[in-house]
Amino acid sequence: MDLLAFARGPALTFALAVFVLGSLWRLIGILALPPWRDLSPAREGAPPDWLAALQGIFGKMIPHKTFLKGGMFAIVNGYVFHIGLAICVFAFAPHILFLKSLFGLSWPGLPNGLVFAVGALTAGSLLAALAYRLTSPVLKLISRGDDYVSWLLTFLPVITGLAAASHIGARYETLLALHVLSICAFLIWFPFGKLMHAVLFVFSRGATGIRFRHRGAQL
Amino acid sequence: MTAKTTASGIAYDVQGDRPDVERRDAALQAFVRDFAATAAIHMESCLRCGMCATACQYYVTTADPKYTPINKLKPFEQAYHRHVGPFAPVYRFLGLSANVGIDMLQEWEALLFDACSLCGRCTLACPMGIDIAELIKEARHGMYMAGLVPDRLELMDRTAKAWGSPATPADDFADIIREAGEANHVPVNVDLPKADYVITTAPAELTEHTKALTDIAKILNKMGLNWTYSSEGFEASNIGYINGDLELQEKMTRKMIDNALAIGAHTLILPECGHAYGAARWEAARWYGKEIPLRIIHMTEFLGESVASGKIKLKPIGETATFHDPCQLARRGGVTEAPRAVLKALGLELTELQDHGALGWCCGGGGGVVSNVRADPLRFKAFELKKQQVEATNTQHFVTACGQCRITLTLGAKKFKWDRKVESLLELVADNLED
Repeated sequence: MDLLAFARGPALTFALAVFVLGSLWRLIGILALPPWRDLSPAREGAPPDWLAALQGIFGKMIPHKTFLKGGMFAIVNGYVFHIGLAICVFAFAPHILFLKSLFGLSWPGLPNGLVFAVGALTAGSLLAALAYRLTSPVLKLISRGDDYVSWLLTFLPVITGLAAASHIGARYETLLALHVLSICAFLIWFPFGKLMHAVLFVFSRGATGIRFRHRGAQL
Repeated sequence: MTAKTTASGIAYDVQGDRPDVERRDAALQAFVRDFAATAAIHMESCLRCGMCATACQYYVTTADPKYTPINKLKPFEQAYHRHVGPFAPVYRFLGLSANVGIDMLQEWEALLFDACSLCGRCTLACPMGIDIAELIKEARHGMYMAGLVPDRLELMDRTAKAWGSPATPADDFADIIREAGEANHVPVNVDLPKADYVITTAPAELTEHTKALTDIAKILNKMGLNWTYSSEGFEASNIGYINGDLELQEKMTRKMIDNALAIGAHTLILPECGHAYGAARWEAARWYGKEIPLRIIHMTEFLGESVASGKIKLKPIGETATFHDPCQLARRGGVTEAPRAVLKALGLELTELQDHGALGWCCGGGGGVVSNVRADPLRFKAFELKKQQVEATNTQHFVTACGQCRITLTLGAKKFKWDRKVESLLELVADNLED
């Protein structure tokens, strides 16, 4: 079995298993705790919980203007690499084919050249995020090992993907194998660190949405 | 009670003489014991993006990263991952999360009590929506159980247990009300056996703002309502809510509400106090396990409703004003329109602060900070933000609807020799009732 076959075969299977089971374990471990039932009467006109949760989930996508002054870089750069990652993962034709082989669903992609450019921008944005984390006194203080591991395991698929797409540094098959292995590492780490925020944001924002909208408070 | 200093030179207070390990365990057990799903979700969701720092007055005015809100939870986050989180056994087995030491808790006492007013501005800045202020309250519960609370707050706690209020013995309450009535020439009702409305107070009214006691009496009399103060359940500020003393919080909540129900009241009016609103309006039902058959409203809501319904008419002042939104009322309570409606009815032309409503800056003294003299320097730094924004409005009146905010802002004004009077919305209404 060559490296690419290993990456696409047992490595990816194992990674997906850890990703799914680990994520479920973490989610169940959190959600199985007793709920905090708010028995206070809701503010008149408060939305039902499901709508309040949605207001929290979507409302939090746009930061309040007053917080831009101190957090402009983190906000803008955060948008850049999140959107960039989404485009690279879901709008690159080979990825769409791969996802179709897994889930049977497909959709139109963007031109490869455009996705490559977005990938390069995303890599730059991720590097900027790391530089910010390493130089901001606040981030230096609050950062944990998880932050750097999660950063690395997000950056590696981007950079190996760019290398594979441009055939730079090694044989294409080797680059592709490294790309797939980097994704395996990402998937294995996902349930254990902050990468899980891709799932948790729904619950975290939703819970605050319910708490605040119940009170008629702004989110 | 003893004031001590950590190895790194940080002052902390300690109550009792238990062994350190016992304290540590008490703190962590209290923190993890009542862990609910929402708190766990929020403990799991931090991205360490630092956005909460940009929202915190103590960080913004000092640029000291230790005041980053999420950093204030560090020992408790560590304890959560070690003892509660889904991977806690793995963390312990692999030694990935060290047990929190007493030295860490001692060092964090000042961050949790001196450098957090529970204002919750960080919650609005967090892209994950983590309710940091609520988590700080949970952490304060742990600190209280460990006997690691600022002495001044612990003194208020003990006083409230003994007297039923941190401000005055319950036995003296009726006399204070009657004396205020006589001094201000307003008929007052106290300890009536039955009434529709029960009026509660906060320490600010019983000490520095006694006119407020008769201001509301004047309004209720004018409206012809059947109301009373009550010595059995007058204290609404609930120091247990602030200190993390949940047993006291429950006791004071029950006392106040059971008393109102016994009087047959349909409405309990909370004083101009932000934390009273948080403790009674939003948390009281927690202790009963069911909805309480009593309407609990803040003074500002009552004024807003009375103005809107035309039950009170006001003489227009015809000047300009700005308004400081108390955090627990506006940001964490959703009451932003009522005070503005009342200001409008008073004929005051409102110029908003640059940051107002849910996004306004805290006065700096909430969450017990104003009572915790050790925090004075930090509180005065935070005050500078408010001072700048008020000055920028160039208005004649500076109004708020919380006695503790009013005290904090007045202390700040005195410190900086700032010639601005901080006015009460209730007082403005009472002073401008149409005959």
